[in-house]
Amino acid sequence: MKQTIPWLIAALAGGVVIAAFFIPAAQPWQDRAGQWFEVLAGFAFVLGGANLFVMNLRKIAAQGPGWGYAAVTLVSFVVTLGVGLWKVGVAPRDGRTAWQGGYLDEGSALWWLFEYAYNPLVATMFALLAFYVASAAFRAFRLKNTEASLLLATAFIVLLGRTYAGAALTSFVPPEYSALTIPGMTALIMKVVNTAGQRAIMIGIALGVAATSLKVLLGINRSYLGSGD
Amino acid sequence: MGWLQNLDRRWIYLAMLLAVAIPQLLQVRFPEQPTPLVQAVFDKVEQLPEGSRVLLSLDYGPVSAGELEPMTAALARHCCLKRHKVVFMTLWPDGKPAVESTITKIINVEFLEHQYGRDHVDLGYKAGKEVVIKTIATNLRLEFEQDNRGTPLDELPLTAGINNLEDFELLVSISAGFPGLKEWVQYASSPLGVPLAVGATAVQAPQAYPYIPGQMLGILAAIKGAAEYEVLLGNRYPAYATPTRQDAVRRMAPQFSAHLLIIALIVLGNLSALWQRWKGPNP
Repeated sequence: MKQTIPWLIAALAGGVVIAAFFIPAAQPWQDRAGQWFEVLAGFAFVLGGANLFVMNLRKIAAQGPGWGYAAVTLVSFVVTLGVGLWKVGVAPRDGRTAWQGGYLDEGSALWWLFEYAYNPLVATMFALLAFYVASAAFRAFRLKNTEASLLLATAFIVLLGRTYAGAALTSFVPPEYSALTIPGMTALIMKVVNTAGQRAIMIGIALGVAATSLKVLLGINRSYLGSGD
Repeated sequence: MGWLQNLDRRWIYLAMLLAVAIPQLLQVRFPEQPTPLVQAVFDKVEQLPEGSRVLLSLDYGPVSAGELEPMTAALARHCCLKRHKVVFMTLWPDGKPAVESTITKIINVEFLEHQYGRDHVDLGYKAGKEVVIKTIATNLRLEFEQDNRGTPLDELPLTAGINNLEDFELLVSISAGFPGLKEWVQYASSPLGVPLAVGATAVQAPQAYPYIPGQMLGILAAIKGAAEYEVLLGNRYPAYATPTRQDAVRRMAPQFSAHLLIIALIVLGNLSALWQRWKGPNP
């Protein structure tokens, strides 16, 4: 029962979406299924938040290695959630009614946390990639075989082609031979080689998704429902 | 050459820091030659009749803002200059500030004649990822009964006449991943035939090429794509050729030096490995 009912729900929802693709009259059913999905997606946020809270609380209680990080995560989570839910610092839009403004309005506590804590933190994390890429380029990108050599040549062309360096280095090439310039070769690599590879991957994935979806809808694959314990 | 083998990685970090910081501090600018993929997007926005309805979905969070914000600004400016009606939305929970900052920092400052509700509307964020696109493809109000400020869509002059995605003349998705450009192709442009233009991060851009030109007009790929768009905008509207309004062009100089540094590091790394091989193993 624990597996049959969820499978029936999945099969019904999937069947409705497939039917709506071929039968226009079934379109409202698909829209309704979509709305249910969004309600579930909303609950997923609550579930995710509760899971994060409990897991980090357990880590702190166990006082295992790195429990301090869990404490920072938990405090950040609770503070962010609290100031967002209570709309701390939000000015009323009409100047009188409390809680009327948007939770992310400029000047609110959540807006402040987003602008001055979350924003710089994630930007810093992302910017650090430049340093790691540079270090990896020096230590790991080696001409070990033909494939690596081809990859390296392609990387050089695209790296140069994505900046002014590519245009400047091959500026002597006459316009009628623009395909031989570095930007021209970059465009060719992206348009032909990359597109062919991407299409092959996309078609492969699409066939895999179709097969897996059919197995889920027909109840052949029930692994997503867990062990049933 | 032996010293290269034992090069402390902190020297590499320092070199990267200088490669990015020096061009930024010196305000170096290089000329940009627009590519056909960017030109196609620009031409579409330019050729749409005045007052056309454009949906701008900003599907990215602050992680990718550095890469995608300049193209969002350039596209928003272009739409406003052409007096198109812009409807903003996001499929990412942390994408709301991107929409609000585009409205407050670009439209409200540079286009004072643009009125909220008449010329632009912010629909905000809606959970559900690609299902949101699939639903608004046929019925906008099933997902968005109100705008981000709580006003019913029927009370706003711009959205009162919009029922689904087919009522837009152009869809634009600026995305950093899932849900993003692929989902807009699969559930909007492909089944409905509504023109779609996209902006994407450098990592995601290669995935978009198979859809061009059938399901996608063109693509603004990362900072370079944004810089090319800014140049096109500046050429057409000279007031927008100023350094303060060409943020992506400014960011291309650090990219230039960083790319050259990476190439130099790859060459040095390989020379060092060759030297080691030629010299033979240490006794």
